[in-house]
Amino acid sequence: MGFPRRRQPEWLGVRKEVPSRRRAVLVVLSFVLPLALWSTVSYVPFVWHPLVRIETPASVSYFQRGMLVDRDVFASENRSAAAEGRERAQGVRANPIYLPAPHEVVRALYMAFKTPPRLPSEPWLHESLWHSIQVIFWGFLLSSLLGVPLGILCGAFPFFSKLFEPFLEFFRYLPAPAFGALCVAILGIYDAPKIAIIFIGTFFQQVLVVGNTTRKLDPSLLEAAQTLGANRRQLLFKVIVPGIVVDLYTDMRVLLGWAWTYLIVAELVGTTSGITYFINQQARYRNYQNVFAAIAIIGLIGLCSDVALAYVGRRLFPWHAERGGTSLLTLLGRCFRPRKAEPRRTTQPA
Amino acid sequence: MFAPHLVETVPTHRDQAPAVRDRFRRLYERPVLLEVDELGREFETDDGPVVALDRIGFRAYRRELVCFIGSSGCGKSTLIRILAGLDYPTSGRVLLDGHEVNGPGRDRGMVFQGYTLFPWRTVLENVTFGLEVGGRGRRQAETEAYEWIELVGLSRFAGAYPHQLSGGMKQRVAIARALANHPRILLMDEPFGALDAQTRTQMQSYLLQIWRHVDITILFVMHDLDEAIYLADRIVVLGPNPGRVLDTVEVPVPRPRDPSQSLSPEFIATKRHLESLIHGQRPMSVDVLPKFRHRHADEDVQ
Repeated sequence: MGFPRRRQPEWLGVRKEVPSRRRAVLVVLSFVLPLALWSTVSYVPFVWHPLVRIETPASVSYFQRGMLVDRDVFASENRSAAAEGRERAQGVRANPIYLPAPHEVVRALYMAFKTPPRLPSEPWLHESLWHSIQVIFWGFLLSSLLGVPLGILCGAFPFFSKLFEPFLEFFRYLPAPAFGALCVAILGIYDAPKIAIIFIGTFFQQVLVVGNTTRKLDPSLLEAAQTLGANRRQLLFKVIVPGIVVDLYTDMRVLLGWAWTYLIVAELVGTTSGITYFINQQARYRNYQNVFAAIAIIGLIGLCSDVALAYVGRRLFPWHAERGGTSLLTLLGRCFRPRKAEPRRTTQPA
Repeated sequence: MFAPHLVETVPTHRDQAPAVRDRFRRLYERPVLLEVDELGREFETDDGPVVALDRIGFRAYRRELVCFIGSSGCGKSTLIRILAGLDYPTSGRVLLDGHEVNGPGRDRGMVFQGYTLFPWRTVLENVTFGLEVGGRGRRQAETEAYEWIELVGLSRFAGAYPHQLSGGMKQRVAIARALANHPRILLMDEPFGALDAQTRTQMQSYLLQIWRHVDITILFVMHDLDEAIYLADRIVVLGPNPGRVLDTVEVPVPRPRDPSQSLSPEFIATKRHLESLIHGQRPMSVDVLPKFRHRHADEDVQ
C-alpha cells in the first residue's frame, strides 16, 4: 500500500527467487513449448513431412488412395509419368504413421474409453489401466511395509546398518527384470510375479534411501531429546520418526515413480496384461495414436498423483515451511488471480 | 616506605565491595550441587591420543551462575557435553548432588547453540516433550508447560511452530523446555552465539530474570568476556592445549546487574584480568599484509 513499488527482478538472475506470477507463466510454458513443437511438426506442411499421402493415384499403377510413399519415390514416379505423357498422381505431404498429430491423439484418448476392443477377450483401456494400478499398489505397499521400517532401523542403529546394508547394496545392482523368469517359476503366471518384480525393483532402493534420510536427521535433536530424558524407544518414535516423516514422504513420491518404471517391465512377464499389453497390442495394429494416448495417460496419472501427494503432504505437515517450492496447483491458481503485491515478510521481535 | 593509598588507586578484579564479599561468603555456605573431580578427556586420533581436557576440577554451589570462558580449542564444549552426559570422561568423575553422572538425564537440562527445537512440534508441544517422556499426562503436562512459556514471555506464541519464531524466541522456548523438566542444573552451550548483538543483550537480561525466579543452578559456556562478567557469579577460565583451568574468578560486580555496569572500574578490571589470562601477556599477533597497491592511498587512509 504505502510501500514504494518494488523493482521487478531480472528474468535470468542466478539462483534468484522467481516471483510467483512469473513462475506460473513458466510452468504453463514448460507444457506449452513441447506441445507447440509437436504441433509445428504435425501441422506445418513444409516442416519435416518426409512422406506423401496419395489422394489420386491417377496413372501410377501401384499407388492407392491414402497410401503413404516417400517423397523421392512420389517425385520420380510423377517424372516418369510426365515423360510418358500420362496423368500425374496427386498427393499431400504427410508425416510417418508413428507420429500422429496432437488432435489425433486427443481423439484417440477420448475414443479409447468409448470404442470396444477388437477382440472380445481383450480388455478396455480403462480395465488395463486399473489392472496396472492395482499391481503397482500391491507391489509398492508390500515393499514399503517392509522397506520403511527396515530403512529407519538401519538409519537409527549402526548395528542394523552394518548388518543389512552391505548385502542390500549388492542386491540392488541386480536388475529386477532378470528375476522375471524366476518369479514366474515360483509364483505362477498371473499377477504375483508382476508384484514381485515391482517389489524387487523398489524394496532394496527403498531401504537404502530411507536409511540415508534417517541418518540426515539433525543429531542435535536426538541429543536435546536425551537431555530431556527420552529413552531409546522414545527417541525412535518421538524424535526420529516425526523428524524424518517429511523427507520420507518425499522419498516415497520419488520411489513411486520408479515403481511405475518397473511396472512396464513386470507386465512383459508371464501373462501379458495391463497398460503395457494395451500399448503393445495397439502398436501391433499400427494404431500409434492409441499408443501415444496410453503413454500420455501414464504421464498424466504420474503427474496428477504427484501433485495430489504434494498437496496432501502440505496438509499433513503444517510445520514444514514452504521453501520456495510452490506446488503446480497453487501456481496455476495464481495465474488466474489478479496481480497483487506479495506480503512482506514480518519479523517478530526477540 | 609503605603507602598503600598511593599504590592501589586502580582496583583489581580481587577488590570486592563488602556487599559482594558477603554475598560470596553466603554462596560458599550453600550446599555443593555439582562437583567435578580430576576430569580428563582424551580423543583417539590418527596421530595418536589428544588430550582435550586435563584434570579439570571445580564446584558449583546451589543457585550459582558459573560461566566457562576460553579461546577456541580449550575444550569448553566437550566439558559441558560431559556434564550433560552426551560425552564421557576418560578419567575423573562428575558428581551431581553426590551421585555420579552417567549418561544424559532429566536432572540436567541443556540449551544448545543451534536451535534444537523439534520443528514438527508447536512451542507448547516442544515444552511438554520432557514432561511427556517423563510419563506426565497430557493435560497436566500442558498446564505446566503453559506456566513456563509464560515465564519466558511467549504465551502469545504457544501454538506457533519453531520456523515462525525469531532466533531469540527459539532460544527462550529452548530454555522453557529445559526448565519444564525441573532439572537441578541448567547447562548452556553458547546459546546466544548465533544471535545479533542487540537480541543477545536482551536474552542476557531475560536469563537473569528467569534465574532470579527459578531455583536453578546455571553453568554457561561462552567466549564473550562481557557476557560472562555480566551474567556470572564466578568465571572459570579455561586454557587450550590441553584444556585446563587457568583461574576461577569471583566477579566483583555487584548484583543486581545492569548493562550500564560495563563501564564500572570493577567490570573493567575483571575484563582486563580475563583478557590477560586468555590471550596471555603477549599482544595478539596480526600478520602484516604484503604491501601491494592497486591504487594510491589517500592521506586520510594512510
